[in-house]
Amino acid sequence: MTGLSFQETVFRLKQYWSERGCIIQEPYDVEVGAGTMAPETFLRVLGAKPYRVAYVQPSRRPADGRYGDNPNRLYKHQQLQVILKPSPADVIDQYLGSLKAIGIDLSKHDIKFEEDNWEAPTLGAWGIGWQVMLDGLEITQFTYFQQCGGFDLDLVPAELTYGLERLVAFLQNVDSVYDIQWTPDIRYSDVRYLEERQFSRYNFELADVAMLWQLFELHEKECQRLLGIKDVVLAAYDQVLKCSHIFNLLDSRGAISVTERVGVIARVRRLALGVAKAWMAETEPAEEDKVVA
Amino acid sequence: MSLPFLLEIGTEEIPDWMIVPALNQLQDMFQALLDQQGMGGKVAQAEATPRRLVLKAEGLIEKQADTDELVLGPPKSAGPGAAAGFAKKMGTTSDQLRVESTAKGEYFAFAKRSQGQPTAAILARELPNLILKIQWPKTMYWNGKGTERFIRPIRWLVALLGSDLVPFEIAGVRSGRESVGHRILGKPTFPLTVENFAAELEANGVILSASQRRKKIEGEVDGLLAGKALRAKPDPDLLHTLTYITEFPTAILGGFDSQYLDLPREVLVTVMRHHQKYLSVEDAQGNLAPNFIAVMNTAADPDGLVRHGNERVLRARFNDARFFWEHDNKRKFEDRLEDLKNVTFQAKVGSYFEKTQRVVALVKELNGDRHAQRAALLSKCDLTTDMVKEFTDLQGIVGGLYAKAQGEPEAMWRAIYDQYKPTSMEGEIPSTVEGRLVSLADKWDTLRSCFEAGLVPTGSKDPFALRRAAQGVVRIVVEGRVPFEFPGMSAELSEFLRDRVEYYFRDVKQFPYDEVRACMAAGWIDLLSLEARLERVKAIRPTPDFEPLAASFKRIKNILKQAGYASSEPYRANLLEPGPELELHNAIRAGDGQPLEARIGPLRPKVDLFFDKVLVNAPDPDVRRNRLALLSSLLQEFSTIADFSEIVTERHT
Repeated sequence: MTGLSFQETVFRLKQYWSERGCIIQEPYDVEVGAGTMAPETFLRVLGAKPYRVAYVQPSRRPADGRYGDNPNRLYKHQQLQVILKPSPADVIDQYLGSLKAIGIDLSKHDIKFEEDNWEAPTLGAWGIGWQVMLDGLEITQFTYFQQCGGFDLDLVPAELTYGLERLVAFLQNVDSVYDIQWTPDIRYSDVRYLEERQFSRYNFELADVAMLWQLFELHEKECQRLLGIKDVVLAAYDQVLKCSHIFNLLDSRGAISVTERVGVIARVRRLALGVAKAWMAETEPAEEDKVVA
Repeated sequence: MSLPFLLEIGTEEIPDWMIVPALNQLQDMFQALLDQQGMGGKVAQAEATPRRLVLKAEGLIEKQADTDELVLGPPKSAGPGAAAGFAKKMGTTSDQLRVESTAKGEYFAFAKRSQGQPTAAILARELPNLILKIQWPKTMYWNGKGTERFIRPIRWLVALLGSDLVPFEIAGVRSGRESVGHRILGKPTFPLTVENFAAELEANGVILSASQRRKKIEGEVDGLLAGKALRAKPDPDLLHTLTYITEFPTAILGGFDSQYLDLPREVLVTVMRHHQKYLSVEDAQGNLAPNFIAVMNTAADPDGLVRHGNERVLRARFNDARFFWEHDNKRKFEDRLEDLKNVTFQAKVGSYFEKTQRVVALVKELNGDRHAQRAALLSKCDLTTDMVKEFTDLQGIVGGLYAKAQGEPEAMWRAIYDQYKPTSMEGEIPSTVEGRLVSLADKWDTLRSCFEAGLVPTGSKDPFALRRAAQGVVRIVVEGRVPFEFPGMSAELSEFLRDRVEYYFRDVKQFPYDEVRACMAAGWIDLLSLEARLERVKAIRPTPDFEPLAASFKRIKNILKQAGYASSEPYRANLLEPGPELELHNAIRAGDGQPLEARIGPLRPKVDLFFDKVLVNAPDPDVRRNRLALLSSLLQEFSTIADFSEIVTERHT
């Protein structure tokens, strides 16, 4: 095996960011499509309180499943998500340092920062940034958040999202993510192949569309109900995540026509914006309430 | 003593396509500042990489010259109190004032001497604003809400006047003497000097000059392929991008398994170019070779790791493309038509299925043959393929390739392949008659249906690229010789299209603006006729009789307008007065049936003579009316070619 194992890479990245003041969180335990959607990012980037966190987030994208057949496409992939709020002036140097920490000798490779702005309409969020290219491979999405939940951000966080499977396949010089050594003795396919195959089947063939629509509506109603009650905004946000994941499932079942699509996205977005607003109201004292020092 | 000035704005990586316009603005604004503030000097050099904008100016003076100015105060009659107030405002005392006589009377005045400011102080004061005034397509803030905006965070600033630091601050960054090197090849900080900055940067892995970077790439590409009977596919746009995403470009040659060459060349090139920014490589016959050239942002690839990594990425991409190609081809292309009912063209306009039906009808109206009609019917089927979902730039092209692979005749598949042409002002129009009809019908339908739905471009906002569609329509009709008279055009669309027609003939085909206006005034719906008339007017314009005659036509038009004459009744020959009036009539009739070119010469002296000798405004109302009718009919006869009164002439009438 050349390069570090999958889990050793994760350990080192967590260690590296821990040494730079990050809380090392565990993955959020509700299905999300990306690390950005976990409350540790979506909610914590709001407001004026500094925050640094890193976590691995398994990210589910039902439509990307390939029954375990495609060497590069996965229904569920692992992102290492880092939030540095506010972003330090040497954030790119810190990022490059993290690559060295996982054994990449930058003097022997080609690294480029290519324009790639990020936008998530369902979250009312966007940012400016790059895809980081290592020898022609996109290994990280680097974003300076500008807006989230419809709010201009008080402090600009830098978000670093490492695509772990790609990165480790590169380090280990294997062509298929399934050939990644998770540990020196155990391969990625030993750990995850069944999951890819079975969930692809469920997502594309078996998920009960009528039931999913019902669930979508139930979670939507629950979210709306919770948004009317103080001090349960985190619970309300879980409902948004549920709706978002169910939307993705319906999409992979081919159950959402193009015309419907826009409308459903708008429904999820309304919920997300409502949560962001409630979070801000509850955690950030309004200007007039602030004690003048 | 004259001083050189150096400015370096250090940032994080700026998108390549924004760099040159920003650098030009910076240069212009800085030169304007030097001029306005009388600091002397000229911008001598402006260069940029993704991480820095650099300006060098020469010949700045150390200090502005002192200036004297006489400031008028209150009138003398206002008295000593007013004088004292004025003196105070001027920072002086009443006894320093003098009395100045003006046309309006006597006034207190003060000879104010302003001391010139040191150049360094002016620069320190003005530079932050100037730098932040650069217009970018999209900006960000990085220090928190309400702070400075720029394209990417500013991380360092160098500003030196001669050997002195020009101190200022932007977004918490203070200007200094220290620059920052290439991320991998350079030192994190090192001092710059006005005299030697380019060499100092180069020693730290930064080739500041874009043209030098480009030459380095070009030279290395040639070197890599030398003796191999291969050449890189020329691609100036990609070369520009590569020049501006690197500070120290180095080209490397990579290869791929020749089994992928079974895939359509267009697919391979798109993957290499758009997704990986690789130059593709051709053999002497122009066939794609199983090689590519990547440009690194570093000096070398000593262990071949970069080449290996790029080859690995490309292999994965090509495998995806192969999967899409084979998977998409498993389905009959025309079976996808049904799926288009679920693909929205535009929410207010409907699905691509409906659009396709309209385009087919239009192609039929234009007498398109069965190949053109079938191409129109299946033109949008590729939107449902995995290939287009992954590589959107291939839409149309890949549809044509699928149709070809499934046995459609060339006349049909090529029309699908070419349906988005022309993609730019310089781009080719479709190469076949069928292709032209399909492309034209598609674009015309887009224009018509978007305008009907109220999706009209405003100002710089044109989200559906309707200007480009209209330009394509005009080019296909004119350059493809397709007779087309814009069926079903609303007044609003007519106005919009008219602008594009005028723009095309004036700015693209370079006809003089007044000839374009004159010929369009005689009708513009038939673009082929319009072009023919423009050619004729252009040819006769330099003949000696043309402009005088045009001037006379302008005069005729004015006379008719002043007389309120709008009838088109024929004039009566029996009312014509012998002499110049009758001669004019004879000259007009003598030219009947002859082309414009032959008529101008004989007519012009008769028109001149008529205006010289004949009073249009005759006392007898019948004669007067008849003369107006004569002039009007003369004007009418010529106005089928152009409204000559629109021609701008030297002679005033």
